[in-house]
Amino acid sequence: MNEHTDKPRSNSYDAVVIGGGHNGLVCAAYLAKAGKKVLVVERRQVLGGAAVSEETVKGFTFSTFSYVVSLFRPHIIRELDLVRHGLQIIPMETTYNPLPGDKGLVRWADSGKTRDEIARFSPKDASLYPEFGLAMGRLSRFTKNVIDTTAPQPASLDPRELMKMLRLGRHLRDLDPEMRYLNLKLLTMSAVDFLHEWFESEPLVPSMAGSGIIGTFLGIRSPGTAYVLLHHYMGEIDGAFRAWGFSKGGTGQISIACANAAESFGAEIIAGAGVDHVKIRNGRAVGVVLENGDEIKAATVISSLDPNRTFLKLVGERELPGEFVSNIRRYKNRGSSGKVNLALDRLPSFRDGRPGISHLKGDITIAPSVDYVERAYDEAKYGEFSKRPFLNIVIPSLSDPSVAPPGKHVLSAFVQYAPYNIREGAENWPEKRDAFGDAVIDTIEEFCPDIRECIVGKQVLSPWDIEKITGLTEGNIFQGELSLEQLAFLRPVAEWSRYRSPVRNLWMCGSGTHPGGGVMGAPGELAAKTMLGEGGV
Amino acid sequence: MPKPSPFHERTSELCRSLNWKDWAGYHAVVSYQEHHEQEYFAFRHAAGLMDATPLFKYEIKGPDAVYLLNRVMAKEISRLAEGRVTYCCWCDDDGKVLDDGTVSRLGKEHFRITAAEPFLHWFILNSRSLNVSIEDITSEYGMLALQGPLSREIIARAAGEEASSLGFFRLMRGSVGGRDVTITRTGYTGDLGYEIWCRNADALAVYDTLMDRGRDHQLMPAGLAALDVARVEAGFIMNGVDYFSANHCLTHDRKSTPYELGLGWSVDLDRENFIGRDALKREKANGSRWRFVGLEYDWDAFEAIFAKFDLPPETPAGAWRTPVPVFGMDGEQIGQATSGAWSPTLKKNLALASLRSGQFRIGERVQIEVTAEYERKLCPATVAEPMFYDPKRKRA
Repeated sequence: MNEHTDKPRSNSYDAVVIGGGHNGLVCAAYLAKAGKKVLVVERRQVLGGAAVSEETVKGFTFSTFSYVVSLFRPHIIRELDLVRHGLQIIPMETTYNPLPGDKGLVRWADSGKTRDEIARFSPKDASLYPEFGLAMGRLSRFTKNVIDTTAPQPASLDPRELMKMLRLGRHLRDLDPEMRYLNLKLLTMSAVDFLHEWFESEPLVPSMAGSGIIGTFLGIRSPGTAYVLLHHYMGEIDGAFRAWGFSKGGTGQISIACANAAESFGAEIIAGAGVDHVKIRNGRAVGVVLENGDEIKAATVISSLDPNRTFLKLVGERELPGEFVSNIRRYKNRGSSGKVNLALDRLPSFRDGRPGISHLKGDITIAPSVDYVERAYDEAKYGEFSKRPFLNIVIPSLSDPSVAPPGKHVLSAFVQYAPYNIREGAENWPEKRDAFGDAVIDTIEEFCPDIRECIVGKQVLSPWDIEKITGLTEGNIFQGELSLEQLAFLRPVAEWSRYRSPVRNLWMCGSGTHPGGGVMGAPGELAAKTMLGEGGV
Repeated sequence: MPKPSPFHERTSELCRSLNWKDWAGYHAVVSYQEHHEQEYFAFRHAAGLMDATPLFKYEIKGPDAVYLLNRVMAKEISRLAEGRVTYCCWCDDDGKVLDDGTVSRLGKEHFRITAAEPFLHWFILNSRSLNVSIEDITSEYGMLALQGPLSREIIARAAGEEASSLGFFRLMRGSVGGRDVTITRTGYTGDLGYEIWCRNADALAVYDTLMDRGRDHQLMPAGLAALDVARVEAGFIMNGVDYFSANHCLTHDRKSTPYELGLGWSVDLDRENFIGRDALKREKANGSRWRFVGLEYDWDAFEAIFAKFDLPPETPAGAWRTPVPVFGMDGEQIGQATSGAWSPTLKKNLALASLRSGQFRIGERVQIEVTAEYERKLCPATVAEPMFYDPKRKRA
């Protein structure tokens, strides 16, 4: 990757992309590949937005925010030749649920081993588990049709849109009635209720339900969380669903590969250059003005930032229809999670006494019971971080030793719940940060008694910190919750789910657009293809 | 029944999958775990340690050693300097390949050869009246392949700094865990890597030292299944899979020449006579019948074939080696793909193939047979040079 200055080579472009996160970079790469003169403007020195790798502790590379890859679209990897540009994904094969006073539950890639593990808690669940996987796989294939295309517009009379609804209808029709009902349940039920229709055993249910709440301000017993469960089952690597992985060198390597690809097609990237506002003349975006006062002209301006920041901060309400502003204000960005990254001198030992390390190479979920996770939500509802939070932990150095010195490790803990709006007010997070970090480490300590002895460096990120660093409103990791009322043709708001905005020549390409958050690349790709197809650039 | 290698005591303890096969008369691990994926990723992101003992190993010594090897090998071995290793093949009188392997020059008159098949008789047959000793040391030496981007750090910790500066295709004598070893900067994964030779009696000590020094670098024992995927990505041919030794072919048509296998670069024609030279000269002048190439399946077409059956694309779970026919875009068969794999690193479905010369060009599309839901279909694929994965660190 080239060194990036904060000065563009030219002062006029076909397209300026605001934000060098992975979606902004993917969008720029597709536009540049189509021959457009493109500039990406990133506020931070480091590219990647929430998909960054940073050597926060000397010798230890943290995936500061986003820490796993699943939904990154394989066709984007091929079309942008991202492997040649440095992208490598290492699969994660296990899900481990440590339990107090037990050896816990590990779900392995090997179905026989997984059956034995679950059977310790419920032989019935063990034999049903593969069937559940098959059902989710079938529904994922249906949903894949939705995420790989622009959102359908159910209220539109455009024949292309009608055709698309028809095609989706056909896909839906092709599902067995049984699957259709399942789909409906998935759309309406809570993760726990949905799973209880299949399974009876703790800890299997909370371990699976955990993925239903990630990034939402909902509990595992809240209706609507079952769908997010599916969103996580859609993880797809190499054509296989439900596959998760690490990006070698940390999640930031994905952004670097996208940046390299964009540059190889001729896009230009500047970093350390924040955008102050989008320049609008007669209702039309004509460029951007940087925080340093420099002005860059562009025929098209594309924002990869979240809808709130894009419209309320960079565009300004004056330039927008009142109803649109109200809708953007209503759009839910409720930040609900934090992150604790640890540099470890050695691998901590778990109480469980399981031999070897292979069960630690995937993700480790701290969700010992349904009540545990629901109780964590209770505290958040009233403006406090969870004293015993739900944790999703990974130790990527076990699979990718390049992120830590030999024999040492990095541990990344995704923490939920950490509400952005704490009772004392979000701006008081800095005073709470240490206590929050301690609650997380205390929680880990219950399973790894020696964790404190292993720590040689740490980084605690509250949602307030995440907002400060990345600009994500309220620190919401998905640029807006992935709840049903904010998905597909409703993302970010009805009538504006096709990457266009009410301001002419101003487009959106971030996770706040269809199909949503996660290190997926799809919003950036689909935005670029839509613009190119509709002569928007 | 296959016999155990000198590392068997350790590998059998580690091989939890009990997934073994017979490799040249030895018990060899296919994969240590239920699935080879982690072992493959160790080769590509950390390091893997593989028992390569079953390769046939010959030691050739004496004043006429160079003469013998110059005569047998298609490559001019007299040009190989001491302390270097080369990869080459040897042919019969018709210029048909018998086998391929490495030649290491340990001293002025001292060589070691690796082979996929037994060739003691061939070296002896061609050494009549020469002052040379030829010894089959296969069952006296163990051999380990330490492969992967972190193998340099591991070899430095196990054998000292000198080993870590060993150049590509160089060799050195050293010590690992206090035991004498020969280390070569070679391998079959297409990545940075080393091969370590040791006497049987030293095998366990060497193995333990490497595993111990590699622990902090996430070194994993790796088996043949992981190796097979890696070698397809690297585009390395395999005797018995991508071609057949001329010794085993019932028909002349089945035999292959170095030019047909993409080994033309290793043939030194302009020199004193060597076995197969005249035939190879003629072929060089008149052209070859076949050309060894890589094929990249067209992903969208591949996906569409399975979508017709409402199935997700079924990528192979490991490397495959059951040949499938390859056709031109006009539907006429122009050759066969002999092995292939889904590349987890490149996100591409790959095959290695022999196609009739003159019926295609690199970069052009051909069609490869794919079976979906028991039906035979044709999937477009792009012809490429047979080296899909070639990281700089391999040579650096």
